[in-house]
Amino acid sequence: MDRNLFPEGVTRCGLPKFMAWCGFILLFLLWGVYASFQVFYHGIGVTGLDNYFGFGLWITFDLAVIALGAGAFFTGFLKYILKIDQLKNIINLTVIVGFLCYSGAMLILTMDIGQPGRAWFGYWHPNVHSMLTEVIFCITCYCTVLIIEFIPLILEQKQLNKIPFLHHLAHNLHVNMALFAGIGTFLSTFHQGSLGGMYGVMFGRPYAFREGFFIWPWTFFLFVLSAVGSGPVFTVLICALMEKLTGRKLVDYKVKALMGKIAGAMLCLYMFFKIIDTWAWAVGYLPSVGMTFDQMFYGTIYGKWLLWTELGLCGVLPAIMLITPSIRNKPFWLYTAAILDCAGITINRYVFTVQSIAVPVMPFDKWQTYAPNWAEWATSGMIVAYGALVISLAYRYLPVFPQEVKLNK
Amino acid sequence: MHNHIDFETRYVMCVDIDKCTGCGACMVSCQAENNIAPMEDGSNKLKTLTWMLVYELNNGKNFPDREVAYLPRPCMQCENPACVPVCPVVATAKDEEGGIVSQIYPRCIGCRYCMAACPYHARYFGWFDPKWPEGMDKTLSPMTSTRPRGVVEKCNFCHTRLMNARQRARQEGVDPLKMPEDWYQPACVESCPSGAITFGDINNPEHKVHELAHSKYAFRLLEKLGMDPQVYYISRREWVRKQADHHTAEEKH
Repeated sequence: MDRNLFPEGVTRCGLPKFMAWCGFILLFLLWGVYASFQVFYHGIGVTGLDNYFGFGLWITFDLAVIALGAGAFFTGFLKYILKIDQLKNIINLTVIVGFLCYSGAMLILTMDIGQPGRAWFGYWHPNVHSMLTEVIFCITCYCTVLIIEFIPLILEQKQLNKIPFLHHLAHNLHVNMALFAGIGTFLSTFHQGSLGGMYGVMFGRPYAFREGFFIWPWTFFLFVLSAVGSGPVFTVLICALMEKLTGRKLVDYKVKALMGKIAGAMLCLYMFFKIIDTWAWAVGYLPSVGMTFDQMFYGTIYGKWLLWTELGLCGVLPAIMLITPSIRNKPFWLYTAAILDCAGITINRYVFTVQSIAVPVMPFDKWQTYAPNWAEWATSGMIVAYGALVISLAYRYLPVFPQEVKLNK
Repeated sequence: MHNHIDFETRYVMCVDIDKCTGCGACMVSCQAENNIAPMEDGSNKLKTLTWMLVYELNNGKNFPDREVAYLPRPCMQCENPACVPVCPVVATAKDEEGGIVSQIYPRCIGCRYCMAACPYHARYFGWFDPKWPEGMDKTLSPMTSTRPRGVVEKCNFCHTRLMNARQRARQEGVDPLKMPEDWYQPACVESCPSGAITFGDINNPEHKVHELAHSKYAFRLLEKLGMDPQVYYISRREWVRKQADHHTAEEKH
């Protein structure tokens, strides 16, 4: 029935199977919608957050998906500004993933702030000294850019594209996409950086505070580098997962390996600076405020294993794997490195969010622990379900993968 | 990083820890003065609103050498606050004579960045709608606004009392910047039965705090981090003073 809506020349599963899949996703979505209702109706007291942990799973989730969604702006930059033509085969997916990550983060933020009705105050009463103001401006502007970048793809849907106006509109948007890619690169770079800056400027929190360059703490640059070092391979992972689920080849492996190479180079650069930063923090800054490296860790939940996993197993190791051609060119190892890379960046965002505020700064204070409750998990799961639903619909009805027909002949 | 503003009046609190008995009268009077609603379930202490919190310290020794001290902790009203520059909507600021860090509830969006930035845990979030038991609403203080859920709130040195004192000063022809110290006292100071808390303008030599804050036994919490709190503590016991800061620090930031 919906065969006429499919992209030209591709094969898709039957409608009942697709509906069953969507129904499965909807279960998670509805659970999240129920949790959202609880949060909006009763307030965020229903979550596991408290006065110690004003930031928790939601902020970690936001920071992680925004870093992993960096494939959109960085791949756009490489494709449209640096003209790396091969990336045209995956650019549509990076835009969709980026859009989902950013719009998902914004949905979570509407729940996370205590007064959602005042969200616009960030524009109306901006504090130019606050890194969060920069985040508010960039995240909303960049989300708009991503919508503009997503629109031509929607307009290229087979039936919509038959309408002359929409056909020309899509074409003209494509022609000007370099401009949006440029704006997106600018906005997203600053946004990724200011997310890092948010933590780096907290001079009352020795775990997160960093002195740095000009008005920016080092974490500003570390967050940018870590995002571009993980975003491209996150898109590759999404692509590989889609290939696994659909049983079809969607993107040439060479393109995925190229994305791995780009992310690997960036990850190497990031790890170089991150290790220096960690060293300087441990032996320079911490003693200067009377604290020690050991005092920054506690038990298993906030143990040093997190740091070593982040830097070693999920940092240096995937960086080496991704820049080594013989490893990168084998799918299993590329995907393994990509998973480690994304896990490392997620750990980084977690410790900056939770461990930073769990460390007792007053000498007579105590460590506090935090565990998100069902309301936070359900709403975060809702965003993942929303992403899965949009990607499923996009894959089925939009010409996302230009190589699909050729690769599956 | 240091954003110091020179005010003509700078209100500070001096707490003599050796006099504090940990009775909690300051906490209770703070709750009453500032219309802090009792929680239906107060078992989770990390979700309750306690603008003034009394910490219990000890010297780490066992009986009979064990000593205990109590440390009341209001908002530190830092001269270089960590919370103010991070607020994305200027809901909190330090720009009024007196040097009190203000919190504008109708402006706050509830992002809680200020809470993450404050190492003193002096900022509190309204996790639930405030509900007063039947009849108790008639005891609400008419001078202090109530807050909806979803905003960050904190001690403001009973700022409404400062407003009242200034009004009185203008009516009586006294310079509002040079008021006698007993004209403006926060609720916790007034209710402390042991006289452990002293309050006044540190820039006015006629106020007791001017001398107390310069005592050799005076200290502030976490001085090494450079926030310069306007709350001073006094203790003649060295182990108490040592617990206020990290004494291995090589330099001050």
